[in-house]
Amino acid sequence: MTDTRAISLIATAAVVTALLRFLPFLILGGKRQPPAFITYLGRVLPYAIIGMLVVYCLRGVTPLVWPHGLPELLAVAVTAGLHLWRRNTLLSIAGGTVCYMVLIQFIFK
Amino acid sequence: MIHMNRNLLKQVIIKTIPVMTGYVVLGFGFGILSENAGYGLGWVLAMSVFIYAGSMQYLMVSLLSSGASVISTALATLMVNARHLFYGISMIGRYQGAGAKKPYLIFALTDETYSLVCHGDTPKGADPHLYYFLVSFFNQIYWIVGSVLGAAVGSAVTFNSAGIDFAMTALFVTVFVEQWLTAESHIPAVGGVCVSVVCLLIFGGDLFLIPSMVLILAGLSLGKPLLGREKSGASGKNPAVDTRQAAVSMPPEPSSADNAQKEGGIRHD
Repeated sequence: MTDTRAISLIATAAVVTALLRFLPFLILGGKRQPPAFITYLGRVLPYAIIGMLVVYCLRGVTPLVWPHGLPELLAVAVTAGLHLWRRNTLLSIAGGTVCYMVLIQFIFK
Repeated sequence: MIHMNRNLLKQVIIKTIPVMTGYVVLGFGFGILSENAGYGLGWVLAMSVFIYAGSMQYLMVSLLSSGASVISTALATLMVNARHLFYGISMIGRYQGAGAKKPYLIFALTDETYSLVCHGDTPKGADPHLYYFLVSFFNQIYWIVGSVLGAAVGSAVTFNSAGIDFAMTALFVTVFVEQWLTAESHIPAVGGVCVSVVCLLIFGGDLFLIPSMVLILAGLSLGKPLLGREKSGASGKNPAVDTRQAAVSMPPEPSSADNAQKEGGIRHD
């Protein structure tokens, strides 16, 4: 691929991504005071979206095939458990990640 | 003033450390991948500055090496990044009045930045827009540093890093638990997970995000009479609104407008 071609592909990805990020603000964000409905969505959507993002991160899990998503399940449980216990974000993330790395590198090889 | 800014910077760094860990690691991985595909330092820097979307940049490497067309690149970006439409919808109120900072705030609204700003928690006495701006900016710096390092020295790393990308999953799980503990209603969180799982089973990993988003939006819209009322009464972080709600028992519509005004008001303090 020529450099010009590569640059045009990168520019395309950049423009489409920016467009997706700007679109809601361009369409709905014009008014001085956002409509009550948008304010409502701003309050309840984050809960649903973060739930969706967790599922998105785990979309590659194969429950019907070995290891049946066990490493992911255990690591998510460790992350959530640590967070319920100490509510220290850094500890929860580090603990869950180390747990996952150990599981897939040594136990569920 | 300087003292306050330094304090704010400290807050921003503490708040963004989880994203720093994840971004440096994931950026590093992207840098190695891109370098190996023949798109080294300059390309990596350009992509991290101008595209700034993690999963898209990983996909970009295969698009570049397979000689994809502009059209297929545009379609792939639409599919992979459509979820960003969602973030905008829920940040319209909070980013209103951000002035010159607003374009960058919107440009830099990644999954991880969204997970830090979506609830509007800001350090006491800080200008929320300045805080959001610093969080967004620091996160992008982490991403750029990680990816550039990966391109520059990635081949020298020999330890087995398999599974380290779980850091991002863990970040979202942590945010999910945190929201769970502070939410007055668990319906949106449970609904979001259930709808996404069902869509994942029906449509598969590559296609499930868009139907999930449509269904979540539809569900929350239909549930407004129920959730709108519940929500405004219980915003645990806002006891002032809480007591007033209980006393006057306002209908859902005016109460949300009232909340928006409150948010706007904090800005001018």
